[in-house]
Amino acid sequence: MKKFLAIVFVLALGGLILKHLNENALFQGFGDAILEDRVSNAYIDRDVNGEQGEVIFGESSNLESGAANTVTAIVADYRSFDTLGEVTVLFVSSLGVALLLGHSKRRIGLEFKPNFMLKIGSRALFAIILMTGVYVVIHGHLTPGGGFPGGVMIASSMLLLYLADDEFRAKMRGFKVLESAMGVLYIALGLVGLFISGVFLENFLDNGTIGSLFSAGMIPLVYTIIGLKVGSEISSVIDHFLSEEGV
Amino acid sequence: MLQIAGILLMMLGLYGILTNRNIIKIILALNILEIGLNIFIISIGFVRGGEAPLFSSEVSSNALVFVDPLPQALVLTAIVIGVGTTALGLAFAKQIYAKYQTFELDEMGEE
Repeated sequence: MKKFLAIVFVLALGGLILKHLNENALFQGFGDAILEDRVSNAYIDRDVNGEQGEVIFGESSNLESGAANTVTAIVADYRSFDTLGEVTVLFVSSLGVALLLGHSKRRIGLEFKPNFMLKIGSRALFAIILMTGVYVVIHGHLTPGGGFPGGVMIASSMLLLYLADDEFRAKMRGFKVLESAMGVLYIALGLVGLFISGVFLENFLDNGTIGSLFSAGMIPLVYTIIGLKVGSEISSVIDHFLSEEGV
Repeated sequence: MLQIAGILLMMLGLYGILTNRNIIKIILALNILEIGLNIFIISIGFVRGGEAPLFSSEVSSNALVFVDPLPQALVLTAIVIGVGTTALGLAFAKQIYAKYQTFELDEMGEE
C-alpha cells in the first residue's frame, strides 16, 4: 500500500513537472537554447559591466575577468561570495562529522598484512596522485578542474595511504591548522579587495593576458586556497570514518 | 531528451526515499535524486553545436557558439554541497549502527 501511494505521488509529481515544462514558452527544448538571450552571454563576453566586447585567446589582456575557463571566472570571480558560502557549508559538514565521530581514537586495522611491495608502490602512486591534484588546482583558471576537484584528488591520495598501510595515520592536527588558516586567508583576501576597491572579494590584482599561467588576478590564489581547504577537510572526514573507538 | 532522463532519475530517487527503511539506501536514493537534478540543470544550458565554455588555442574567440556556463557553475556548487550532506548522513548512520547494530529503521529499539 505504501509503495503504491509512493508510486502515485512520484508519477503525479513527475507528470506535473513535465507538463508544465512543455507548456512554458520560456523554457526551450533540449539544445534549442539561444545564449544571446540569456545573462550568461555577458559572462562569456566578459562584459558584465558593459565595457569589453572582444575576447581572443592569448591576445586579449586586462579583461574584466582573466580566466580562460568561463566556469572558473563565474565560480571564483563573479560569484566568489557564493563560493565562500559553499566552502563554509563543506566546513560545517566536516565539523559535524568530527563532532559525531571525533571521540574515536584508534584507526580501523586492515584485514590483511600489507607487504613491502604494496607499501612502496602505494607511496609512489601517492606522489603521482598528489602531483595531479596540485596541477589541477593550479591550472583551474585555464583547464577544466579547479580547487574542488583538485582538493578531492589530494584527499584521495591520503585515502590511498590509509588503504595500503595499516600503520599510516595522517597528522590530523596539521590538517586542522591548514584548514583554519585557509578559511581565514580567503576572508582576508576578500577584505583586502574591500579596502582597495570597495567591494568584498573584488579582484585587486592585474588580470594579465588570457590563457597564460600567471593571469586572472586573484583566481589562482582563491583556487589554491580552496584546493588546500577542501583537501584537508575531506582528509579529516576520511580519517574520522576510518577510526573506531578504543585507545 | 536528457531533461526527461534527469526528471526520471529525480522521480526514482524520490520513490527510493519514500519507500526504503534502510539508512544507507535512503542516503543512496538522496544521491540519485541529486544526480537527476544536476543532469536536469546542466541540460538546460546545452546549446546544439556549442563549444565547452573554455577558451583555448582551438576555441579562441568569444564570437563562437558556446554552451551556457552558468548552470555548470551552479551544479559545481550543488555537487560540493551534496558531498557534504552525504558525509554527514553517513556519519549519522555510523553512529546509529554503533548504538543499535542495524541499519534498518524498523528493527531499532526492539530488543
